[in-house]
Parts: sequence; structure tokens; C-alpha cells
Amino acid sequence: MNPVETRLKELMLASLDGDARSYGILLNDLARHLRFYFLRRLSDAHKGDADDLVQETLMSLHTRRATYETDRPFTAWLHAIARYKLIDHFRRNRIRATVPLDDAEDLFAVDQSDAAADRMDVERLLQSVPEKSRDLIYRTKIEGQSIAEVAQSTGLSEASVKVGIHRGIKAIAAKLKGRADDDR
Amino acid sequence: MTTDDLIARLTGELKPVSRLAVLWRVVIGLGISLLVSSAMMYFWLGMRPDMMTAAGTMMFWTKFAYTLILAVAGVWAVKRIAYPLGSIRVSLALMAATIVVMIVLAMAKLAMTPPDQHMAMMTGHTVAVCTRNIVMLSLPLLVGAFWVLRGLAPTRLTVAGAAAGLAAGAIASLVYSFHCDESAMPFIAVWYTLGILIPGLIGAIAGRFVLRW
Repeated sequence: MNPVETRLKELMLASLDGDARSYGILLNDLARHLRFYFLRRLSDAHKGDADDLVQETLMSLHTRRATYETDRPFTAWLHAIARYKLIDHFRRNRIRATVPLDDAEDLFAVDQSDAAADRMDVERLLQSVPEKSRDLIYRTKIEGQSIAEVAQSTGLSEASVKVGIHRGIKAIAAKLKGRADDDR
Repeated sequence: MTTDDLIARLTGELKPVSRLAVLWRVVIGLGISLLVSSAMMYFWLGMRPDMMTAAGTMMFWTKFAYTLILAVAGVWAVKRIAYPLGSIRVSLALMAATIVVMIVLAMAKLAMTPPDQHMAMMTGHTVAVCTRNIVMLSLPLLVGAFWVLRGLAPTRLTVAGAAAGLAAGAIASLVYSFHCDESAMPFIAVWYTLGILIPGLIGAIAGRFVLRW
């Protein structure tokens, strides 16, 4: 059996027979366990209530110690009382067991499938554009370079860059229009 | 008060606890309220005048057995639910089985009687007051059962309240059977049973407010 259970149960049995020394050791031990138990279950805003709950639980344990059945696990009995006190505390203070909204973001995965679908659409459309225009559109519209930069790096005049982009976009527009007509 | 002060105080107050402490509390709480309920029956309703002859009839003892089994199951339920993690499933099963047997017996009785007497068997001559009287007699018992549970550690308050109510209703119906001279099985099956279930409902509703600790 669990050594903690064995130890606490022995102390409890002695306490039920009236051994004050065992009882003192037991209560001190339980106070530590219980503080831990409550702190873990209270939200940050209510951590200050942990000590009150520890005391309430110890008091209940004392006044209701006759309800400990000696042939059953002590820790289960104690846990049931602590749990009752915690739920009663929530109910009394109308606390819902919730996570503050700020912390909830981690719980949700960001859905990137829309963005991925958009990117695929764009790539497919660009594939239908003559290669020269495709490159120009890619550099200006997607990478965000200026006309002058593209003209410089490709060795084309700014005017022919603009014309190339214009043709490409016209081709894409025609493609989209055609698809829209197909859908009809 | 710091936790250390509290522990010092509790340790100083420690007295040995009897293994029978819970049982004692149940016996005292329900015993005293049983006396109150019986006194109520005696002075308010009165014993049935034909008590002596009735004690020789089968029907009196059927009624007695029916209400006694339910009362014992109810008291057992109160004791079980007084412990943290306590469950009243065994008691509820026993009560349900007893009620089913009673209903079957009542239907058999009806099947053996001409239909024109069915209505009379269902209503007797006290149909207007029977269930109400049982509920009235159950009130002191309900208070007693609540007192028992408030000093112990039920962790499911609605269930605990229902157990208290069913026990109170069942004991009250046992008490009432010493006043009531109805002797038709269908009557008992309907109105006595209702007189037990209504306090059960009252207890279940009141439990979560009254039994908090």
C-alpha cells in the first residue's frame, strides 16, 4: 500500500482513540498537504482563500471524524471532504471553474488552411500567365519590389516592366472571368 | 486565527470517538423524531378503534411489513449517505423492489375482484386525507433526519436529502398504519407509496440548502 496512506491512516486510528500527540502530527501533515491541494485548484485571483479552506477542512475533519470508517482508505475519505469544501467554496462565491480568456489562446490552434488555399489559388493562376509577365508580377505584387527595382534587376525599361505586368494581370483577369463563366 | 492555532485548539479538544458514533446519531435523531411523530398520530389522529381485531388480520401485517421494510431501507440509506462518498444504491434497490412487489400484489388483487369494485378499492373512505396525513407525520422525522445528516458528512446533498425524505416518509407511513383502517391492497400501493415519495421529493429539494456544512 501507498506509504503516505499507511502513515496517515495509523495516525488517524490513534487519533480516533484519543492520542493527542498523533493527532497533532496528523493535522500538521494534513495542513501542508491540503494547502498544496487547494493552491493547485484555485485560480490566481483566489489563491488567498487557500488558508481559509485548509482551516475549514481541518475543522470539518475534526467535527466529523466519526464518519471515517476504519476499514477504508484514509486519504480517500480526506480527499472527499477536501473536494466537498472546495466545491462548496466555488458555489458560495459563484466561482466557475474557468480559465481567464487571456490564457485561453494557447488552447486554440491557429487555423492556417484558408491562407494555404489562397496561396495555392494564386500560384495556379500565375502558372497560366506567360513566363515573362509571371516573373514581373511575382516580384512586384508578391515580393513587393518597386517597378524601378525590378527594371534595374531585369535590365528592362520601367515602361516595359509596367506593360509586362499589365499584360499578365489582364491574362489573369481573363482567366478568372473565364472560370466565372464556366461556373455559370 | 492561524492554522497552527487551530491545530493546537483541535488537538486540545480531542476525545476518543466510538466506532458506533454514527449509528448512535442516527438512532437518537430518528428515535426522538419517531416519538414526536407517534405522539402526533396518537393525539391528532388517534389509534384505529379496531386495533385489537385488526392485529389478527392479514392485511394489517401486510401493511406493517410493507412500511417496515421501506422504513428500514430508508434508515439504512440515511446512515450510508452520512459518510463522504456514501451511496444509497442498495437501499434504493430494496425500496424499489418492495414497491414493485406491492404494486404487483395490488394488481393481482384487482384482477381477482369484479371491476365495479375497483374504484372503491382504490379510494377507500380516506383517500382525501391519507397521503396528506403521512406527509404531515413525516415532517418531524424529516427534521430529525436532517439533524442526523447535518452533524455528519454527506457530500452529495441532493441525494442525502432524498434519503432523509424517503426514510421520513417510510417511517411516517409505518406510524400512520396504526391509525389508518384501510385494508385494500391497491389503496396502500397507491396512497401510502405516494406518502413516502412526496417527503422524498421535499428532502431532495431542501437537501442542498439545509444540509450544507
